[in-house]
Amino acid sequence: MSVVTEISADGQKLTISVKGRFDFAKHREFRDSYELPDGAMPNAVVVDLKEATYLDSSALGMLLLLRDHAGGDNSDIRVVNSSCDVKKILAISNFDKLFDIS
Amino acid sequence: MIAVQPALESLTILIAEDSAADRMLLSSIVRRQGHQVLTAANGAEAVEVFRLQCPQLVLMDAMMPVMDGFEAARQIKELAGETLVPIIFLTSLSESEALARCLEVGGDDFLAKPYNQVILSAKIKAMDRLRRLQATVLQQRDQIARHHEYLLNEQRVAKAVFDKVAHSGCLNASNIRYLQSPYALFNGDLLLAAFTPAGDMHVLLGDFTGHGLPAAVGAMPLAEVFYGMTAKGYGLAETLREMNAKLKRILPVDMFCCATLLCLSFQRRSVEVWNGGMPDGYLHSLATGKRTPLTARHLPLGVLSPQTFDDRTEVFPMALGDRVLLLSDGVIDTCDDGEQLFGVQRLQALFAANRQPDALFEEIEQALRDFGGVARDDVSMVEVSLLEPAQLNPPALVYSDSGQSCPLDWSVAFEFRAATLKRFNPLPYLLQLLLEVHGLRAQSGALYSVLAELYSNALEHGVLGLDSGLKRDASGFTRYYQERNARLDQLQDGYVRVHLQVTPQGEGGCLAICVEDSGKGFDVERVLERPLDPVRLSGRGVSLIRQLGRNASWSDDGRSARVEFYWKALA
Repeated sequence: MSVVTEISADGQKLTISVKGRFDFAKHREFRDSYELPDGAMPNAVVVDLKEATYLDSSALGMLLLLRDHAGGDNSDIRVVNSSCDVKKILAISNFDKLFDIS
Repeated sequence: MIAVQPALESLTILIAEDSAADRMLLSSIVRRQGHQVLTAANGAEAVEVFRLQCPQLVLMDAMMPVMDGFEAARQIKELAGETLVPIIFLTSLSESEALARCLEVGGDDFLAKPYNQVILSAKIKAMDRLRRLQATVLQQRDQIARHHEYLLNEQRVAKAVFDKVAHSGCLNASNIRYLQSPYALFNGDLLLAAFTPAGDMHVLLGDFTGHGLPAAVGAMPLAEVFYGMTAKGYGLAETLREMNAKLKRILPVDMFCCATLLCLSFQRRSVEVWNGGMPDGYLHSLATGKRTPLTARHLPLGVLSPQTFDDRTEVFPMALGDRVLLLSDGVIDTCDDGEQLFGVQRLQALFAANRQPDALFEEIEQALRDFGGVARDDVSMVEVSLLEPAQLNPPALVYSDSGQSCPLDWSVAFEFRAATLKRFNPLPYLLQLLLEVHGLRAQSGALYSVLAELYSNALEHGVLGLDSGLKRDASGFTRYYQERNARLDQLQDGYVRVHLQVTPQGEGGCLAICVEDSGKGFDVERVLERPLDPVRLSGRGVSLIRQLGRNASWSDDGRSARVEFYWKALA
């Protein structure tokens, strides 16, 4: 699995880890990672890009979908462990204005 | 469980066998198994029967008079072309070389004499499965080819429609060079350019998320907003707000458009920039050799709601010959064989190595070719230079009304107060109103420039109290526009009044424009003493107003400006 999902014990935090290239090929898997079968959405979402090697514009679109699903402007999404290259792509798109990126 | 084996279809089978007894025996076996039988007594006959009746499977004796089975098999396979017509050799040969030859000439299997009915039936079934498989593959291949053809045709049509929309632009102006693959549109790349009524130039380089039709779909409304609003005289901020709102409304959440917008002012010699999500553009100053990066400061278009969208732009001074280079991420992301990216560093190395500014564009193209080996179709670049206004020929505006209802004797007055001044640009409305007067249309460029200068003087120096002396050098220039935005944000009161009066004079007429503001005024004498110089960075645009309009005058300590335009009888 190149997209791994983990929900904290109290059900409050969803962690999504993406491995390898984060592009359109991961569309379905990424979507399935946060569209939970019971329709629930944890308050906090963490997208872990530690093992993501590359990110293209469709990945940016997927992050926007996640944000929308998590409540849009009221969402709490942190993007963590981005590599230097990935950070650069996020910075060009100014996604730090929408996501908490570290 | 439903049986997957289809009911055995009755096949037409050709039996080529020189021995009449064997032929009859085999025919009756095959008929009993439910198939139609055609017969031939030698190879030549077999080929002829095949040509006329197209059997689906052939049982072929190897040794026959006139033409043996090997030659007949070769000819039948040739006639059959891509369709698989299985040939099963009937042979009493037993040495492996002869059996191998059966397959080499195109046979698909062989059956040893004397015939075993069970094996014969099984082989016919197996060959029929292969035959169907081949038919399915061919059918699907043809279907894919048809779909592909269809898709290409759709793209051609879509592109033709789009080119009509984009045709109103001025990408062929003498100060623009660009590189874009013909089908870049289907990679989401978009390049637009148009003149404003004042003779400024707006340029947009955009890049939609995704590929193919979805990426191209958003381009159409974006282009329409761009051309529509530019032609009406709207500035970058209003155009950007409208484009963002439109894309936000029509695009799905995961689609957006990275874009850089430029407004090149040839008269003021400056460039206004907004970059949302595109790679750095570069402003190249020929005098200093310096390249100022035009960095993305904003989210792409179509992401933020109209309420949170940020339309703030940056303004940089330019000198004659200076140029702005914009590029899409296809340039930087071009890969070599080893998946290495071209990258910003290679681009900057090209900048450093460049000796002839005019050759830079080709040098980048060449470097991309050398690096990637293949031309990508998502590489877009555009270079726009600052020329003398006279070197450009903005197209004349086209009007569709007859002129029968042209208003010739009227006046109107507006007062724009603080809350309005913050967000609203009245110039397009004023211009549209004035261009109802046919006699003024020939001077629309000058009219717009003068209106724009009068209005920005009243707003910036009058209401906002900004000192144009700030604009003396490049850094002050940038500071000036930052200060302008800050003061506008905090504006509580103040006004700009515009009074327009149109009066007929014989066959022609006269327009008087009067603009007043609530500011402190200025030393009219001192400013008017300066020689006429349309190209200074600072100077209140006063010289421009005096050159383009007639009888320009200032009163009330500079708080009130008046200028006139005249026209003669229309031909």
